Amino acid sequence: MGEAAHRYDETMPLEYRTQESRLNILGFWIFLGAEVALFATLFATYLVLFQRTGSGPTAGELFEVKDVLIETLLLLTSSFTCGLAIFEMRRGRMSGLIAWLLVTLLLGAGFITFELREFIHYVHEGATMQTSAFLSSFFVLVGTHGAHVSLGIAWMILIIIQLLQRGLTAKTARKVFIVSLYWHFLDVVWIFIFTLVYLLGMVI
Amino acid sequence: MGANSHQESFPWKHIIGFLLSLVLTFAALWVALSSGLPLKAVIGIIVLFAVIQASLQLFMFMHVNESDSGRMQTFNMMYSFFIAVVVVAGSIWVMQFVL
Repeated sequence: MGEAAHRYDETMPLEYRTQESRLNILGFWIFLGAEVALFATLFATYLVLFQRTGSGPTAGELFEVKDVLIETLLLLTSSFTCGLAIFEMRRGRMSGLIAWLLVTLLLGAGFITFELREFIHYVHEGATMQTSAFLSSFFVLVGTHGAHVSLGIAWMILIIIQLLQRGLTAKTARKVFIVSLYWHFLDVVWIFIFTLVYLLGMVI
Repeated sequence: MGANSHQESFPWKHIIGFLLSLVLTFAALWVALSSGLPLKAVIGIIVLFAVIQASLQLFMFMHVNESDSGRMQTFNMMYSFFIAVVVVAGSIWVMQFVL
């Protein structure tokens, strides 16, 4: 590690200025690649089993367009507002950054609320994890995504607290940027859940 | 695009990405539920729309190709999507013989 490895590059956005930060961000991308592989196994399981409904309801009987669309729009908009938070951060505007992160959190909490309501509704209709192979793989796939969103909400709250305590530095900027990558990634996974679970389930 | 590129004063990229994502979401919904196309065509189109929308997120919101390691990041994600396609399509293909 020479001098160049530790250089502080003023021309870069705040989150990229130290070599450590650049490596942290690259490392997080590699983690996201592993997450893609994790979700791929869950999608594979679901798509192999989703027509094995046993004596339980089928996907077409269970899913409601309106509920799915509300969840989709909440998460998509939260991904957009999270992007705006980074946009504000790169302009050096702390207040805009915090405000958009809070909006993102609210939309994320709204998404989780609607998802929990959807799950509770299914369970009341007798569609539980134990009902059929379709529902086991459905709850594992969509539930794993929901758990990721919940973790993202907790993580983002902690990052906001740190921002308020320490201000916008090269280190906190990198942390905000990484949590934003995680948040956008959750919407990337949701696009495929929307398409391959809900739309496909309502068509077949 | 590099990480050190000029910072715009209005988030055009984000707004365009968001609007395109909305269009793709509703277009996929329409193709699936109202278009009356054959099943295979519906599946092909909605999967294509999903891939385009995921790319929008990666490039317009996440800036996957920015910074010195942008190329590495992009290839890492492309490889992970390749693995995902192999795992998902391979599982569906092989399991059609047993189920």
